[in-house]
Amino acid sequence: MKRPHVVANPWQQLRRFTDARIGLGRAGTSLPTHELLAFQLDHARAQDAVHLPLDLARLATDLSALPALAPLGDIIHLRSRAADRNQYLQRPDFGRRLHEDEIPRLHHLSTSTEYDLAIVIADGLSSQAVQQNTAPMCEALLSALHNDDQSWQLAPLCVVQQGRVAVGDEVGEQLKAKAVVVLIGERPGLSSPDSLGIYLTWQPKVGRNDGERNCISNVRPQGLSCSEAARRLLYLLKESRRLQLSGVDLKDRTISDTSTIQNGAKNFLLPS
Amino acid sequence: MRYSYTLGTTRYHFTNLAELMAKATPARAGDRLAGVIAHTAQERVIAQMALADVPLKNFLNEALVPYEEDEVTRLIIDTHSADAFAPISHFTVGDFRNWLLSDAADSATLAQVRPGLTPEMVAAVSKIMRNQDLILVAKKCQVTTAFRNTIGLPGRFSTRLQPNHPTDDSTGIAASILDGLMYGSGDAVIGINPATDNLAQCQNLLHMLDEIIQHYQIPTQSCVLTHVTNAIEAIELGAPLDLVFQSIGGTEATNTGFGFNLAHLAQAEAAAQSLARGTVGNNVMYFETGQGSSLSANAHWGLDQQTCEVRAYAVARQYNPLLVNTVVGFIGPEYLFDGKEIIRAGLEDHCCGKLLGLPMGVDVCYTNHAQADQNDMDTLLTLLAVAGCTYIMGIPGADDIMLNYQTTSFHDALYARQVLGLRAAPEFEAWLEKMQIIETHQPAKLLDAMPDTFARTLEHLSDSDNSDARAEAGQ
Repeated sequence: MKRPHVVANPWQQLRRFTDARIGLGRAGTSLPTHELLAFQLDHARAQDAVHLPLDLARLATDLSALPALAPLGDIIHLRSRAADRNQYLQRPDFGRRLHEDEIPRLHHLSTSTEYDLAIVIADGLSSQAVQQNTAPMCEALLSALHNDDQSWQLAPLCVVQQGRVAVGDEVGEQLKAKAVVVLIGERPGLSSPDSLGIYLTWQPKVGRNDGERNCISNVRPQGLSCSEAARRLLYLLKESRRLQLSGVDLKDRTISDTSTIQNGAKNFLLPS
Repeated sequence: MRYSYTLGTTRYHFTNLAELMAKATPARAGDRLAGVIAHTAQERVIAQMALADVPLKNFLNEALVPYEEDEVTRLIIDTHSADAFAPISHFTVGDFRNWLLSDAADSATLAQVRPGLTPEMVAAVSKIMRNQDLILVAKKCQVTTAFRNTIGLPGRFSTRLQPNHPTDDSTGIAASILDGLMYGSGDAVIGINPATDNLAQCQNLLHMLDEIIQHYQIPTQSCVLTHVTNAIEAIELGAPLDLVFQSIGGTEATNTGFGFNLAHLAQAEAAAQSLARGTVGNNVMYFETGQGSSLSANAHWGLDQQTCEVRAYAVARQYNPLLVNTVVGFIGPEYLFDGKEIIRAGLEDHCCGKLLGLPMGVDVCYTNHAQADQNDMDTLLTLLAVAGCTYIMGIPGADDIMLNYQTTSFHDALYARQVLGLRAAPEFEAWLEKMQIIETHQPAKLLDAMPDTFARTLEHLSDSDNSDARAEAGQ
């Protein structure tokens, strides 16, 4: 439909190759009304995603439907030191630490035999990502661990509210786990308010830095699938256990990165 | 050295210059997080009053980060020109502000004084400047650089075409490049943030960008924003690299966190120069900065984040960059909480960088967890364009689908050019006219029809799509 005073862009057809907002057309040189409001809507959704609280009851229901989780016992609900969202956003140091009341609760759970792995779920910057993607991700991960030739002694599943990535280090340390995997809501983009990030730390303890972690990001239906993420994560976990480390010295060699480069059509800007 | 200020019967003390500078800084989240911020609004103004009385000479005698422990401090002190400093050596910080705003400080005089300025002097004076001061002083500073076109001429306003894609898909990137070119974007650089730091991937992207620039004879330069060590290796492997990129910070420890040191930058600049790919100039470096990186790396030495940022500009100017860009709202609300803090920081960074002689661009941007929106970006963009900002980002619809943040769109840049009568870099503007993307008379106007050259690429694409479909159907 032709919109009055809007110059259309014939190359809008290229949107089938990218989620980027190309071919928007223009009113003068400004955004047409329709595109202006579409952007505002996406921004509003992304902002809401940041502030939307995690529905713990629903998450628990979704997770308890996974048979593979049953042997781990009850889900442990924890809080970080950040009292609310505003404080969480301004004090990353609070989001990285457990509230002190939670420490004794975790002590009860640590056993004489060390856990091989603790799985920690944190809301991060998008509870939506956690709400939608952690149950399928846990299912894929537990299945991968179950089918592995080595055995994996798992700690009870922990969920941390107002948590940042590093909070997993404290949970893992308190549980005396050899490794921790944190599933966390990534900062939302306009086209991806639901992206889940996965972080692995070997020998977690308070004070580990980002260079000592491995990350798999963009887990969501339109991004990296849970099964592919689980495959890569299992590889990293096994390598981490073999090498007794995580981070920059642990490389993801599951795929050749270059293979993903030319997966579209050829570069149409150049003569064939 | 201790600093103090008496107001009425009360005497206020500041332990050292670092504390005084931090407390004099306009309030922002990162300094609060670091615990270096003034405790009250009154204490902040008292600190500003005390800072205004500090002689500029003190900045040469009191290193904020120890000389012995920090190569950035050594660079600052060792390259300081006493001759250039002489005309202003008797100033206090307050005198310095008055002089900068006066008619005595014109563009030529400021250029002469530059080698005598340290980043700490520049950071200090900015702390006692209002936003309009930051705009006025920045506007006086002219910094021109060149590679395949000329960046930073008066009345010009350039853009980096940033065609990012979450999987570096070449077709998706090409689609965004076409979109940008049709909107007159890309004179500062066509620069991709790659989705991974994989070297083979970077080389592929470099070849792709080079082929496009060569095929259409675009007077611009390309960059793949990968680590400086990757760039050095890519050059050794024969990749067609125009600009070397690196994120830099204002302390040695910050840069160690980024995985490089000053020797790497020197090596990279020499390697890129050896390729001699520039046609109208030989500025080959592209640096990005942003307040908060030193705090984030726990490498701030108790300094406020703006002072650390301006020290990064001392690193940048050593390597004659074509472009420097402060990614002002990218690092998140724990450093710059809202639109007000982002706007202030953007104006400070731009002014301080320009004073030190850098071709400052600003990534006018925010993340979705900050208290900011496009209205704040419009405000900052307009202020920066008035201040003579060298370049901004150009992204389809302002939405970066790889880095998950919002910045300025192709449309935004055209808005700024239109309201202020600004133009693209001259060589690039001539190309836009030749390709029939814009009309020739001033002010430049986008033509409604798609130029034939590019329209044919779309026809070609449709044809090949159809033949692909036929081939699949035949299998």
